[in-house]
Amino acid sequence: MAVVTGIKEIIKPENLVYKKTSIMTDNILSYCPGCGHGTAHRILAEIIEEEGLQSRAIGVSPVGCSVFLYNYIDIDWQEAAHGRAPAVATAIKRLMPEKFVFTYQGDGDLAAIGTAETIHACNRGENFMIIFINNGIYGMTGGQMAPTTLPGMKSSTSPYGRDVKTMGNPLKMTDIVASLAGSYYVTRQSVHTAANVKKTKKAIRKAVQYQKLDKGTCLIEIVSNCPSGWKMTPVQSNKWMEENMFPYYPLGDLKTPEE
Amino acid sequence: MEKELRLMKGNEAVAEAAIRAGVDGYFGYPITPQTEIIEYLMEANPAETTGMIVLQAESEVAAINMVYGGAACGKRVMTSSSSPGISLKQEGITYIAGAELPCLIVNVVRGGPGLGTIQPAQSDYFQATKGGGHGDYHLIVLAPASVQEMADFVDLSFELAFKYRNPVMMLSDGAIGQMMEKVYLSPRKERSKIVPDWATTGKPPTRERNIITSLELDSDKQEQFNRKLVAKYNVIRETEVRYEEFQCEDAEYLLVAYGTSARVCQKSVQLARQEGIKLGLLRPITLFPFPTKRINELAGRVKGILSVEMSAGQMVEDVLLSVNGKVPVFHFGRMGGIVTTPEEVVENLKSKFIGG
Repeated sequence: MAVVTGIKEIIKPENLVYKKTSIMTDNILSYCPGCGHGTAHRILAEIIEEEGLQSRAIGVSPVGCSVFLYNYIDIDWQEAAHGRAPAVATAIKRLMPEKFVFTYQGDGDLAAIGTAETIHACNRGENFMIIFINNGIYGMTGGQMAPTTLPGMKSSTSPYGRDVKTMGNPLKMTDIVASLAGSYYVTRQSVHTAANVKKTKKAIRKAVQYQKLDKGTCLIEIVSNCPSGWKMTPVQSNKWMEENMFPYYPLGDLKTPEE
Repeated sequence: MEKELRLMKGNEAVAEAAIRAGVDGYFGYPITPQTEIIEYLMEANPAETTGMIVLQAESEVAAINMVYGGAACGKRVMTSSSSPGISLKQEGITYIAGAELPCLIVNVVRGGPGLGTIQPAQSDYFQATKGGGHGDYHLIVLAPASVQEMADFVDLSFELAFKYRNPVMMLSDGAIGQMMEKVYLSPRKERSKIVPDWATTGKPPTRERNIITSLELDSDKQEQFNRKLVAKYNVIRETEVRYEEFQCEDAEYLLVAYGTSARVCQKSVQLARQEGIKLGLLRPITLFPFPTKRINELAGRVKGILSVEMSAGQMVEDVLLSVNGKVPVFHFGRMGGIVTTPEEVVENLKSKFIGG
C-alpha cells in the first residue's frame, strides 16, 4: 500500500509550480466536471490581474450557466437580464469610458434572446469586450436546443436531432458580428487544450489593449463543451467538439485590425 | 439664480429639465406621442455642455437595460416612452426594482390595448402603480398635470429615486406631453459627483466587490429581501404621499382625478358650483403612494365620490379601497384617446348621485 502523503507536507513554497490568481475568489464553482467555463473564468481573471484592471473593471454576467460569475471573479459586477448584457455594458462604458467593461455570455443569451442587443452594440462599435461561450446547448435549464446546436444534434427539445427544416439552422453569430462595421477584433478560440488556452488568453489580452485604445467592440467566441448537456464524459465531449463543433465553427481570427 | 420663463411642450420641458437637473444619461426609442423628448435632447446635444449622454437605442428593451447599466454605476439615468413601449420595458423595470436601482421612466400615455391610438389616455394606471412587470414591487409614480410639473418632477423623481433606491415613473399622458404652456425652468445644476457606496465603478482595494443583481436562489433569503422591499414601500406610503385639493372644504361631493382629467375636473367643480352643487376635487400627485388616508377622511364628509379617469376604471379601485364603504363611489371615464369634457363630468355626477 502506498504511503498517503498529508496535504500539509505537499503545500510548501519549494513545491509551488502554479497558483490560483488572486482575482479568483474561494467560492466553489457551480460547473459540472470537465466544463470549459472554469478555464475561461480563470484566464479572464488572470488577465485582469496581470493587466492591473481590478480597480477599474466592471463585468456584466448573463443568464445561463455562468449567471453566478460574480461569485467567482473579484471585481464589480452587474447581473443582466437574459440577453441584455450588451445594452447594459453600452451604458456603463458610455457613462464611464475610463473603465474596463466586458460581458460574458453563452450562446442562448448572446445568439438567441439577445440577438438584437448583440448586433446593435457591435454595430455601434461600443468599446467593450464580449466573451461568448458557445457550447451549442442550454446548459443551465438542462440541455435544450440552442441557436448554435448543430444539425442533427440531440437535445431535450430536439430529442430526434435538430431538423434544420423545422428548427432552423445553427446561427453563426460571430461571423455576423465580424461583418459589422463597428466590430474591431473578432476571433473564435477554445480552451480544451493547454495550447488553446494560451491562444485564448492572448486574444483576451489583445481585446484589453484595443479597449484602452478606444477601438470598438471586440468579441472572443470560445467554442466549448457541455459534458452534462451532451451526455458525454469530459474526454468524450472534447473529442466530439473537435470532430463536430470545430468543422462548423472553425477556430481562428474572423476579423483582425489592419495594423 | 432666477428661473427662466419659456413656452414649451410637456415633452420638451422634460428634456430641458433633464439637462438642467444634471442627468447623466438618457436612453430612448422613438414612439408617438413622446418622441419630442429624444429629438429635443439630440438637438440640444448636452454632451457638449453638461456631459449628459443621449443615445437612441435599438429598442425599448435595449433602452431600459441601458438605464439598468447606468443606474447600477450610481448615475442619474432616465428613459421615456409611451404605452406600447413601456410594456416592452417591463422586463427591465422589474430587474431595476429587484436590484433596487434609482432611475426615471417617463410614460406619456396613449390609448390601448395593443397598438391602440396615439391620442392621450390614462389606461396604464394599473401597470404603473401595481408593479407592471413580474414579482412583488412598486414604482414611485408621479402624475404631472401641467407642463410645469413635467419639468419640476424630473428633479423630484431623482431625489426620490436615490432616497429610496427605487425606480420612479412619471405617468403623464399625450395631452400634457403635446400641449404648450409657459414653464419656469430651474437654473442648470452641475452633474452630481457623488458615488453611492453600492455603485459598480471598479473595485478599489478598500472595499468588497459590488454586485448588482436581482437573483437569489435561496427561498429564505429571497423572502427576506421581499420583506425588505415591503418595509421600504411602507415607508414611502407613510412619507411621500402628495396630493392637491380644490374646493374640498365645504364639498358635499368629491371628484378624484389626476393628470389631464384633474385639469378637466377643476372646471367641472366650477360648473357644478354655478348650479349650486358643492363639488370638490382631490388630485393625487403621487399615484403610488396613493393618498388613501386623505380620501378616507374626505369620504367621511361627503355624500359620494366620482373617480374620473381616461380609462375603463382603474384608479377607481384604489379610491374604493380608500373609501372602504363609507360612501358610494362611481367611475366615469372616456377612452380611446378621448378627453372628457367638464360638462360630461358634471352630468355624470348628477345622474349617479343627485338624479335627473
